[in-house]
Amino acid sequence: MDFDLSDEQKMLKRTVRDFAEKEIKPTRAEFDEKAEYPIEILRRLGDMGIMGMAIPPEYGGSGADVISYAIAVEELSKIDPSVAVAVSVHNSLGCDPIVKFGTEEQKKKWLPGLASGKKIGCFCLTEPDAGSDAAAVKGTARLDGDEYIINARKQFITNAAGADLSLVFVMTDKEKGYKGISGFLVPTDAPGFSRGKKEKKMGIHASVTMEMNYEDCRIPKENLLGEEGDGFKIALWALDAGRIGVAAQAVGIAQGALNEAVAYSKERIQFGKPISSFQAIQWMIADMATEIDAARFLVYRAAYVKDKGGRFSKEAAMAKLKASDVAVNVSRDAVQIFGGYGYMREYPVERYYRDAKITEIYEGTSEIQRMVISRALLR
Amino acid sequence: MNILVCMKQVPDTAIAIRLDAEQKSIDRSEITYVVNPFDEYAIEAGLQLKEKYGGEVTLVTMGPDRADEALRTGLAMGADKGVHISDPALEGSDTLVTAKVLAAAIKGLPYDIVLCGKVATDDNTGQVGPALAELLGIPHISGATTLEVDDDAKKATATREVEGGFMRMEVPIPAVITAEKDLNAPRYPSLPGIMKAKTKPVDKKDVASLGMDPSSVGLAGSKIQPMGMSLPPVREAGRIIEGEAEEAAKELARLLRAEVKIL
Ligand SMILES: Cc1cc2nc3c(=O)[nH]c(=O)nc-3n(C[C@H](O)[C@H](O)[C@H](O)COP(=O)(O)OP(=O)(O)OC[C@H]3O[C@@H](n4cnc5c(N)ncnc54)[C@H](O)[C@@H]3O)c2cc1C
Ligand SMILES: Cc1cc2nc3c(=O)[nH]c(=O)nc-3n(C[C@H](O)[C@H](O)[C@H](O)COP(=O)(O)OP(=O)(O)OC[C@H]3O[C@@H](n4cnc5c(N)ncnc54)[C@H](O)[C@@H]3O)c2cc1C
Repeated sequence: MDFDLSDEQKMLKRTVRDFAEKEIKPTRAEFDEKAEYPIEILRRLGDMGIMGMAIPPEYGGSGADVISYAIAVEELSKIDPSVAVAVSVHNSLGCDPIVKFGTEEQKKKWLPGLASGKKIGCFCLTEPDAGSDAAAVKGTARLDGDEYIINARKQFITNAAGADLSLVFVMTDKEKGYKGISGFLVPTDAPGFSRGKKEKKMGIHASVTMEMNYEDCRIPKENLLGEEGDGFKIALWALDAGRIGVAAQAVGIAQGALNEAVAYSKERIQFGKPISSFQAIQWMIADMATEIDAARFLVYRAAYVKDKGGRFSKEAAMAKLKASDVAVNVSRDAVQIFGGYGYMREYPVERYYRDAKITEIYEGTSEIQRMVISRALLR
Repeated sequence: MNILVCMKQVPDTAIAIRLDAEQKSIDRSEITYVVNPFDEYAIEAGLQLKEKYGGEVTLVTMGPDRADEALRTGLAMGADKGVHISDPALEGSDTLVTAKVLAAAIKGLPYDIVLCGKVATDDNTGQVGPALAELLGIPHISGATTLEVDDDAKKATATREVEGGFMRMEVPIPAVITAEKDLNAPRYPSLPGIMKAKTKPVDKKDVASLGMDPSSVGLAGSKIQPMGMSLPPVREAGRIIEGEAEEAAKELARLLRAEVKIL
């Protein structure tokens, strides 16, 4: 067993860290305050091969391993969790399903643009009445000659603001329940598509979340991903992989918050000493660091199993369950170490705390992760 | 166009430096290393010249085994190959010896231009580039903030910052140009670049293969011998003067006069 990253993974980690420190950190508070989608940063990450990490080189991607993906997402998240989730959703939910389930024509048509970051992808499953129970989607698609006509109202969609392509899950056959769900590649310039309201959120403000509406939206029938009825399978596969990304995002949030807390605790003087000299603070920091390592190893393990081609649903769910819990706890403790300053927007830990909570919710709530894990154990 | 870039691996400036027990060198045990930031501008300039004129960018470094990591970073940015001069005998080389070693390696290579950083952020002499030009018998421009190369007319034009303004200079090529930080915005290595970097050729050289005598390099061959190193004095904690602005200003003036004695 080898706990060392490869030379390439180490260089990637340094490179993404460097980019995040120099290019994202100076403006992250402003993007958060204005709830502005960081499209220019995503384009630049595209130039660096970070927007098509798992896409094979013949379609313009980097052809990288899953551990590298987790490393990149963590490093981005340490500085800005909003950028991290935009990258994670684009890669895992926007690109990878096309790599895995797309036809040769679909891959040639969509992947090069997505890999370069000049086109952004998003994933549209959730509806007002279908969240955890994704099989309850009400949106529909029906074949009309050579075209499908889609009617759906999708909500809480990450990357909606910048998306050029949406992967939409709707019913093609209601009689069949979840086996009647199909996935479609719908470009956002298709007739009948429109963006809805922009949500006001607790955190990850710069990851603009919107409604996406499809009203008699027409697309060529070639845009069906896989076969009719494959949609639910595709969505679950994508979410399993996406959970590794969200877990890596959560580890990044926790690590970013810890780094701030460690630095601050050495500078802040109370009772004539740096607060880092108080055992209460030392123990908090020790626990934070230990929890983060535990979470990170679960993320790497899930990524490792996926890289090896094994079943990784349980491992990904465990990684996300643990890492999101750690993100919330560690960012809360980081605020505590900052005291009153930690509650102020001027200091970065307030944002980490707000940003952390979402990792327990999207791409399957913590309750859903526990269902996935226990099902694998009780099978 | 054959472009050579001399690059040095240096301690990351974000890391706090400690001295070793003898106070003659820095303690390298906990240091992380990076490409000398000025050399990143040199590499970027090289890559831009290659994009314009074609050809190859070759990186040259002298340094211990770990300097391979710096070379790979440059290769990941897009350079084509590397030359790594590494030999225990080189330890303790002064700037002139460093330049002689680099010149010995470069003489065997085809080149139209040699790019260096203006200065290495660790030892901070800025001597290697100019010394190298002298040893190669070619002109040099140091601290270039702009660079245009005309491969047909075989000349290079660069801007340097001088007191109160700018100076434009032209030299025939081949020439050595050292890069100032405004020269360009160095690209970040791309992920495909990182994955390719390992397979790019790096030519390993030692003192013998450069045809040099071991006694002419390293500490033995150097005219300058380091006497000692010291850290800057620790800054004392600042003091905040409380109270109303007027009172506080008076107190400040008093302190500047009575204690700091600068008024
Ligand atoms: C910022 C943000 C971005 C998002 N991005 C996307 C996106 O890009 N694409 C997309 O399709 N969706 C996206 N979502 C939607 C997200 O995946 C859902 O919000 C999430 O799956 C939960 O669904 P829900 O909100 O309907 O909650 P509900 O399903 O209504 O859950 C409410 C509560 O009940 C619990 N619960 C539900 N069922 C069970 C059960 N069987 N047993 C135990 N407890 C249960 C849940 O865990 C939760 O605590 C996003 C959401 C947010 C907030
Ligand atoms: C272990 C150790 C021991 C040393 N001992 C001595 C000593 O005994 N006496 C002494 O005088 N100095 C010593 N030095 C300093 C060493 O000689 C200088 O680092 C070297 O000469 C370069 O000088 P500089 O760093 O000031 O580079 P600068 O002249 O500031 O660098 C300018 C540019 O020259 C190029 N360049 C510089 N160095 C290299 C290199 N190694 N490979 C490729 N390109 C390069 C780069 O393009 C760089 O941007 C020692 C250094 C080390 C690491």
